[in-house]
Amino acid sequence: MIPELGHFALIVALLLAITQAVLPLIGAQRGNLTLMSVARPAAQGQFVFTVIAFICLAYSFLVNDFTVENVASNSFSQLPELYRFTATWGSHEGSLLLWVVILAFWTTAVSVFSRHLPDDMVARVLGVMGLISIGFLVFLLTTSNPFDRLLPAPMDGRDMNPLLQDWGMIIHPPMLYMGYVGFAVAFAFAIAALLSGRLDAAWARWSRPWTTVAWAFLTLGIALGSWWAYRELGWGGWWFWDPTENASFMPWIAGTALIHSLAVTEKRGAFKAWTVLLALTAFSLSLLGTFLVRSGVLSSVHAFATDPARGAFILAFLVLVIGGSLVLYAWRAPKMLSGGGFTWFSREALLLGNNVVLLAALGAVLLGTLYPLLIDALGMGKISVGPPYFNAVFVPLMAPALFLMGIGPLARWKEASLPDMVSRLKWALAISVATGLLLPLTLDGFKPWAVFGFAMSMWIFLTVLVGFRERLKNGARLSTLTRSFWGMQLAHLGMAVGVAGITVVANYEVERDVRMDIGDHTELAGYTFTFRGTTEHVGPNYRAARGTVEVSKNGKKLYVLHPEKRIYNASGMPMTEASVRPVLFDDIYVALGEPLDEEAKTWAVRVFHKPFINWLWIGSLLMVVGGFLAASDRRYRIAVKAAAPTAAAAQGA
Amino acid sequence: MSRKPWMPVSWLFSLALVLAPAVWAGEAESIGADPVIEQRMIKLSEELRCLVCQNESLAGSHAELAEDLREEIRVQMKAGKNDKEVIDYLTTRYGDFVLYRPPFKPLTLLLWFGPALFLLLGAGIWYFTLKKRRNLIETPVDEKKLAAAAQLLEDNK
Amino acid sequence: MKRWIPLILFLVLVGFFAKGLFLNPREVPSPFIGKAAPDFTLPVVGDPNTTFSPAEMKGKVWVMNVWAPWCVSCRQEHGLLMALAQSQTAPIVGLNWKDKDREAEMLLAREGNPYFAVPEDLSGKVGIDWGVTGTPETYVIDQAGIVRMKHVGPISPEIWKEKFEPKLKELGV
Repeated sequence: MIPELGHFALIVALLLAITQAVLPLIGAQRGNLTLMSVARPAAQGQFVFTVIAFICLAYSFLVNDFTVENVASNSFSQLPELYRFTATWGSHEGSLLLWVVILAFWTTAVSVFSRHLPDDMVARVLGVMGLISIGFLVFLLTTSNPFDRLLPAPMDGRDMNPLLQDWGMIIHPPMLYMGYVGFAVAFAFAIAALLSGRLDAAWARWSRPWTTVAWAFLTLGIALGSWWAYRELGWGGWWFWDPTENASFMPWIAGTALIHSLAVTEKRGAFKAWTVLLALTAFSLSLLGTFLVRSGVLSSVHAFATDPARGAFILAFLVLVIGGSLVLYAWRAPKMLSGGGFTWFSREALLLGNNVVLLAALGAVLLGTLYPLLIDALGMGKISVGPPYFNAVFVPLMAPALFLMGIGPLARWKEASLPDMVSRLKWALAISVATGLLLPLTLDGFKPWAVFGFAMSMWIFLTVLVGFRERLKNGARLSTLTRSFWGMQLAHLGMAVGVAGITVVANYEVERDVRMDIGDHTELAGYTFTFRGTTEHVGPNYRAARGTVEVSKNGKKLYVLHPEKRIYNASGMPMTEASVRPVLFDDIYVALGEPLDEEAKTWAVRVFHKPFINWLWIGSLLMVVGGFLAASDRRYRIAVKAAAPTAAAAQGA
Repeated sequence: MSRKPWMPVSWLFSLALVLAPAVWAGEAESIGADPVIEQRMIKLSEELRCLVCQNESLAGSHAELAEDLREEIRVQMKAGKNDKEVIDYLTTRYGDFVLYRPPFKPLTLLLWFGPALFLLLGAGIWYFTLKKRRNLIETPVDEKKLAAAAQLLEDNK
Repeated sequence: MKRWIPLILFLVLVGFFAKGLFLNPREVPSPFIGKAAPDFTLPVVGDPNTTFSPAEMKGKVWVMNVWAPWCVSCRQEHGLLMALAQSQTAPIVGLNWKDKDREAEMLLAREGNPYFAVPEDLSGKVGIDWGVTGTPETYVIDQAGIVRMKHVGPISPEIWKEKFEPKLKELGV
């Protein structure tokens, strides 16, 4: 009954989405206020019904309704309640339902916080988002219905992949989708601007906070995914350049370029074509990502589905949405007149440089991700493009971007002189270079990439300080600085922290792979690890060999770690549950490998010391906070408040 | 074999190890008998694909074939083969697909040079856009038009 | 003209994606196609004094089927292999891969032995030499000892008809 209700709710949502898309778009074209005003209620109605569908699916999981195919394939009666709930989005169908709910959520948010926007703009934005909703709802209902029944029902489910049974699963997908899907708002604003032919600074001002918030969520989602993989997968890595990871990283790069480009369009009316194109690109990359991980076109450890039939549907959808938007772009391109002029080292010039570098990096990631497919499609064999390629290519490309991050915020708009900038920054430059050269010597040896990484993070850190100093010197006080400024500084600082963390951990991490008998010890990075054997441990839906490893330093016992080797009851799948212990900013990481003898007294154990790895996550959090802060700047909130009394006046009149 | 630890306490340990064998007996052995070979093997297998997994490196995979291949790499290295020879050994049997670092050959020229090309292209766009924009700033004001504008303002007072 | 570039690039990409939907990124082609089959000498299952080597098969077109008693998919194709052995199309050599528990002899006695010879590769070293990544995998080798085709996965009657028969015909069987 409940699954059928959910199915029905999806159909109603589709009907509402069609209403939300068709009528307002026609209305905006014709200037018909009645048709345009359908947008808001239709959008909000669609949200209500997608949520109902979601609740129905979640309910089916929570009560172990194995007559629903999705529940039978992804859940298990012994699965803890929390994971039964997260299993709602743990499959291809379920995650698409989450997509649709989150898209409806963003649409509703736009419908609520858009009182100050002209009616035709709102109608177009909501209409375009409605078109996207239609695509996904049709896809869901025709090829990926989460409410399909499985009769006769099996006795029990096939269990959720053990790797997903971690609380990273609870927040990583929703946050990621909030970002990924949130770029649809920027996309819709761009399309609305293209349709109306009004591509002025106002459009950039309106879409900027939405874009920044989506970007912040995406940053959070990617960071969480990386952190989760680090803790869950047991080999100590935190980024593998897997196609699915790249599928989320590419929209992030485009989104970063977009929020910077929007700044120029908002402030100076320049870069209109760039900004529009970036807005289209960011969301297109989100859609591309959806295609890549569900079509089976690339081999990924994270693929949701490898179904060419579904892939064909998504591809057709991509052609419609992205192709359509690019046709619109080409058509309106002549109308996008440029703004004012600017000189070589003006902020516009530097931001343009930033855009260029970020897009080159984006191109590199896209090239590497798609190259195996390109070669195969041309019949020229099969090759793999993995981390060695991406690391070799991406890191050098980031160099100019990181450098620009330092000078960009300090450059003046329109005109800036190089000698002036050099004199302001000469100390920062000198200290950065010195740090880069000297710091590695105090650590574990001179490594060229470490030099580069330290120099860059110190550079960004110092230029952030210079930014504060200059503003304060000019009469501002910390409390009067805008949130926009604070947000920017915080986000850039977060980048510096992240880069520093990556530099240290990538260059100075150590690991040992040892065979340990009970009582054996091994030494790593000044710590001594003593193996005390394993005990049998029974979890809610697994059996585990629970190891005990004592960590001591200078003979003093510090902590006891409990890495586990689990076998899950339903699937028989083994899983390594590493034990990770943060020590200030470092991590001590212990994972059990395989038992090396019959009685499981001797084990292969892997111990890692990951110095400063937590700076990676801390830096990401700073970026997220910076993003949210910048989006909540007064000038966006005042616009909303000011519109309210005028709207009231209009109603009263 | 771990590298030098952070703090200079390693000498204390070595001292203790020498002076108190009774207390410190039971030092765990490396999985591979030879720690130097082990490090080499791990570094190399991080750049190789596990052929039975969806997308994992040979170093990180727990699959049986992966363990066999890691052992085979150890054997090869002990026999004195250098990294290139081990890679050749594997690509002869499994093709280029097993390499996560795409080999540098005509097929992959676009791949390896692509990023630099993108950057160059971008730099070109940056340069030409800036030249255009600079000209916008440097357009001199037409004195006649300025005078006419001033006159209009006077007339409308 | 510049304004059409994004669209054109996108459509080119779509073309590749469309083609990609028909490909399988997990299918690893064998680098031995067109090259000499790697040589080996292995004892035969059940009779450690007898050995088998691919050199013995020179002059004939033959098939090497890599299998294991613990492999579920191999059981699926067993029936087909028996029928092929009956029809005497081409001799099938069954490389017994990583059979740690030594169950091959019993299984073949129970279910029938379609194989011309059953060399035993306990350690999997010969498998590595042939680029084997799992079971079942089947190779077609020609009279000169050159590997002509490799199929990964169980052989169904359709696959035999569509992939193997044309190849064998081409080689003169």
